[in-house]
Amino acid sequence: MSAQSIGALSGDSFVAPLEVAYPYKRTVGTTLSRFFNSMIEGRLEGTRGSDGKVYCPPAEFDPITGAALTEWVTVGDEGTVSTWAWQSEPQPDQPLDRPFAWALITLDGADVPMLHAVDAGSIDRIGTGTRVKVRWAADRTGGITDIACFDLLEGARA
Amino acid sequence: MRDVAIVGTAQRPSQVETNLTSVELILPVIDEVITKVGIDRSEIGFWCHGSCDYMSGQPFSFVAAVDAIGAWPPIVESHVEADGALALYEAWVKIQTGECDIAVVFSNGKTTSGPIDRILTLQADPYTVAPLWPGFDAMSALQAQACLDSGVVTERAMAEVASRSLADAKTNAIAYAKGDHSVDELLARPYTVAPLRAHDCGLPVDGANAVVLAAGDAARRLAKRPAWIRGIDHRIDTQRLGARDLTESNSARVAAQHAGVGRDKVDVAELHAPYTHQELLLRSAVGLDANKTRINPSGGALVANPAMAAGLARFAEAAEAIFAGGADRAVAHCTSGPCLQQNLVCVMEGE
Repeated sequence: MSAQSIGALSGDSFVAPLEVAYPYKRTVGTTLSRFFNSMIEGRLEGTRGSDGKVYCPPAEFDPITGAALTEWVTVGDEGTVSTWAWQSEPQPDQPLDRPFAWALITLDGADVPMLHAVDAGSIDRIGTGTRVKVRWAADRTGGITDIACFDLLEGARA
Repeated sequence: MRDVAIVGTAQRPSQVETNLTSVELILPVIDEVITKVGIDRSEIGFWCHGSCDYMSGQPFSFVAAVDAIGAWPPIVESHVEADGALALYEAWVKIQTGECDIAVVFSNGKTTSGPIDRILTLQADPYTVAPLWPGFDAMSALQAQACLDSGVVTERAMAEVASRSLADAKTNAIAYAKGDHSVDELLARPYTVAPLRAHDCGLPVDGANAVVLAAGDAARRLAKRPAWIRGIDHRIDTQRLGARDLTESNSARVAAQHAGVGRDKVDVAELHAPYTHQELLLRSAVGLDANKTRINPSGGALVANPAMAAGLARFAEAAEAIFAGGADRAVAHCTSGPCLQQNLVCVMEGE
């Protein structure tokens, strides 16, 4: 916790800026550990739910029944957009610093979509059903940001 | 079950970028509601507070807020790191246990002193979503696009919600955004996070509110027409956005069933819908017909969205409709989490 700059009088009140950050290490548990470790190797793995659906990122517990999920499935690095939104003004720490799409993406071999960014270039190049492919980060450390973003697949949408 | 009612409410007019401390924000509504209801502080058996430390930028910030209610002689109090509507639920349970007859519930949100869209992202999955910092508006936009794709909403229907809410807000002193704007005028405005436009997103404001809950005879003594809580239920969907059907609100539907919304007509519904498409989803999930039920006559969270207080504001507005006699049966609703993850539904009736 640190004051980023000195405060100032605002009317009758002294207002001091305060920027809070809590950098600490989290233990992600066995399921996400395997997922993130496989991402370092450039591979995407998910778990199969009790209804047969494949979750990627993996679900540790079945979202409906609560059962522990232990069957692993390797999924593809290409997928299909199931819904999207357009970030016309990127904000700090987001995956891209130019306008991009957020999307829920169902990876090939998975059934449940994941959230990530698509470097589509312009809003008219993305839509529901658009095919996309993982762009791996150059330096991978084990985290969802090991996927830098998704790229449009050639010919996905003119 | 004990009969429990809301017997009084107070809401602070919405402001932006106030320099007030949380105590200064809360104190006037505590004083107002106690004075309005006409109780002595010694009669209050429980105090319950809803707020969020992330907005204060300070752990245990709610402890300081106790200064707004006074802790001497000793009081019984609790805090939820959530909307004040969840604090109301806790107080309702407390009264059900028989430990007290009268409770004060209050909430505050100093929403505009930090980047609220970014702060609320911390409600998302901490490993697979939050590190991308999508923002609450963008996650809601993903939901809106899914609803548009499936045809359960249209951009015009969303703009109609905004147009109606802004017009209704003109008569609500608490509201911040207000005015007459035609649907066509709103649809001509640019997207912020497509498919959402600025008016599709609840306006962050600083606010505070308080309500008094009372049981049985105490409620009858304190209010001419108490707003009796006939059903209240809270349900949660999975935090995994991809595993939910974003074109409906399953948890709101289940909560509404358990709260008994469908047992009789609903005159007024105050739905906590921070995004226009979410009002449309909630109407359907809760089982409301906009031709028979007046939806959000206050203007709702679109015209004033104090984080952690906007849900309790819906309870206050619904109760006031019953106090005034304009409604015999009302629904109050609170949501939290991305894309309507959590839903609390309450049915109130006048006698």
